[in-house]
Amino acid sequence: MSGIPHDHYEPKSGFEKWLHRRLPIVGLVYDTLMIPTPKNLNWWWIWGIVLAFCLVMQIVTGIVLVMHYTPHVDHAFASVEHIMRNVNGGYMLRYLHQNGASLFFLAVYIHIFRGLYYGSYKSPREITWIIGMLIYLLMMATAFMGYVLPWGQMSFWGATVITGLFGAIPGVGESIQTWLLGGPAVGNATLNRFFSLHYLLPFVILGLVILHIWAFHTTGNNNPAGVPVRTGSKAEAEKDTLPFWPYFVIKDLFALVLVLLGFWAVVSFMPNFLGHPDNYIEANPLVTPAHIVPEWYFLPFYAILRAFTADVWVVIAAEWISFGIIDAKFFGVLAMFGAIAVMALTPWLDTSSVRSGRFRPMFKGFFWLLVIDFVVLTWVGAMPAEGIYTTISLIASAYWFAYFLVILPLLGVLEKPTTPPATIEQDFKAMVKAKTVKSGPTPEQIPAE
Amino acid sequence: MIRKLALSALAALTLSGSPVLAAGAERNTTDFAFSFEGPFGSYDRAQLQRGLQVYTEVCAACHGLELVAFRTLTHETGPGLDDATMRAFAEGFEVDDGEGGFRPAGGPDHFPGSSMENAPDLSLMAKGRAGFSGPYGLGINQLMRGMGGAEYIASFLLGFNGRETEQGGSIFYFNEASGTYVAMNPVLFDDLVVYSDGTAATEEQMAQDVAAFLMWAAEPKLTERKMYGFIGVIFLTLLASLLYLTNKRLWAPIKAAAKNG
Repeated sequence: MSGIPHDHYEPKSGFEKWLHRRLPIVGLVYDTLMIPTPKNLNWWWIWGIVLAFCLVMQIVTGIVLVMHYTPHVDHAFASVEHIMRNVNGGYMLRYLHQNGASLFFLAVYIHIFRGLYYGSYKSPREITWIIGMLIYLLMMATAFMGYVLPWGQMSFWGATVITGLFGAIPGVGESIQTWLLGGPAVGNATLNRFFSLHYLLPFVILGLVILHIWAFHTTGNNNPAGVPVRTGSKAEAEKDTLPFWPYFVIKDLFALVLVLLGFWAVVSFMPNFLGHPDNYIEANPLVTPAHIVPEWYFLPFYAILRAFTADVWVVIAAEWISFGIIDAKFFGVLAMFGAIAVMALTPWLDTSSVRSGRFRPMFKGFFWLLVIDFVVLTWVGAMPAEGIYTTISLIASAYWFAYFLVILPLLGVLEKPTTPPATIEQDFKAMVKAKTVKSGPTPEQIPAE
Repeated sequence: MIRKLALSALAALTLSGSPVLAAGAERNTTDFAFSFEGPFGSYDRAQLQRGLQVYTEVCAACHGLELVAFRTLTHETGPGLDDATMRAFAEGFEVDDGEGGFRPAGGPDHFPGSSMENAPDLSLMAKGRAGFSGPYGLGINQLMRGMGGAEYIASFLLGFNGRETEQGGSIFYFNEASGTYVAMNPVLFDDLVVYSDGTAATEEQMAQDVAAFLMWAAEPKLTERKMYGFIGVIFLTLLASLLYLTNKRLWAPIKAAAKNG
């Protein structure tokens, strides 16, 4: 599949040949599993498998939950409690699905930041990156609609606030909001369409995941050194790579089981820790909760949404230039979607000639500042929008945009990168030797990476 | 490798940020030691039975428990009433017989809903009030000290300090647990109920018993869930160890070649 020279599937028996001429499906599976993979991949490369597992887990638990759930405003809340109390193992299914969303987002954020650090978005992997961003957007839509289904207070008011964002679009906003909700306010029509889409979108995500994998199997994996696999001959390529099966499958499975160990402990011992307690109160259109807070994985972008209030000079300027069309509310919405858009445009905003952040001394500092910035945005998004928190969220939001729009383009010009190793083989040798020095010289003590 | 894994885990933790968020004013909640806290905790059957008694004799005058079926009172890990006791208990309630009349309730029927419009149903109260966990909304008290909705309920019942105010003809009572005036009046006083197991019915005892009972009502499968937790953790630890060794063996020749080559 990839441009890296390697052995392809050769049908041997009569039946294999017969099938291969008609449908080369065995060859497809073989080539996918045996793809030459850079030897030097480190532990940050395991989150892809965690994400694949999450998608499958969410679909499987979700399908069973649907068998017991009733999408109607009068019955939804009680039917979730029916699952929790009466369905065999229902409480586990529901908690797995509920916390599964958190694991999914935790994994996707680490996966995205890994890509940002090692320059995985750079040529020739722009399409992989863009598809990944589309998957992320669909994940957010799916998770948001799924959160509405239990029909608790946060479900209802979260839906009211988030669909209200579309209402902020000048001119057509209110019509769009009504169209999304299926009526003037969040109601039964909303619950039904969200249920329908919450079931549909994971399968769209599945399709995009296949494209995502296809795309990076075409270009080959990126790797921590950021230098390409040598493709001059098969022998040369084999010095840089190992087949995905068994080397990386086993490594990834080991990491996956460790992640699941933590996940299982959360699900079994503290399943409601990541959720909002108000969602155990049935939706009531007449009682607004004191603070409407989205799930933790939306908080960074929620913070950006709320950061740009009417008294910020950029907002005032935007309103003046646009003759009042872009008011503070609409500006916030643009900022929130813009924050994801600039991330999607990273392949063209990063001007550096070096791919991996390991060899970019200035970049490293700004990158880790971005990670801290993301954590700060998550925290401040959960705080009430008042006092010192508004200032913090404004500064943190400003850095988010500055990183992508100013720092990345400038660094390519200003920074003097160090020299990456010439080949993956060299990098891998250096990696193994560094480990051996630390953990003693005998081959038995080589760490299992 | 361990260092890398630790880093990875640290990154995972910090990225997940601050989960459960305290809303509004600082609340004054006492950290009671309940038997169901922590990974090894389970419900105390005698306490749940006492709590059921307090619920029935005191709370049920206004509040409901409509998500809880009478039959679940027999659960081994819950109040564990025997079948006959549960049926006799259920018959004390009346339900709609579907023909315009009433009939005595049976095992499959649910507790009645609230009889007072502004008295909320208590089925999920212990989970719906778990959100006071500070400090700074980071959920640390909940994580480290197991503080949750049951603590809040017990603190609330004990939180009346005698201050009252009148608004629009109704009297509101200040409650230190919620940090505000509430419509509910203080209900507990010493020896309000007579416990059949001889436990002294102090205000504090009753508050904790009914809070424990409401925790069970909100999360009846807690003990089973934790049991599956241990099975899963043991199984996954074993699997992880085997995969670690497999991985190590698999890569050993590759690493040896890289080191010597």
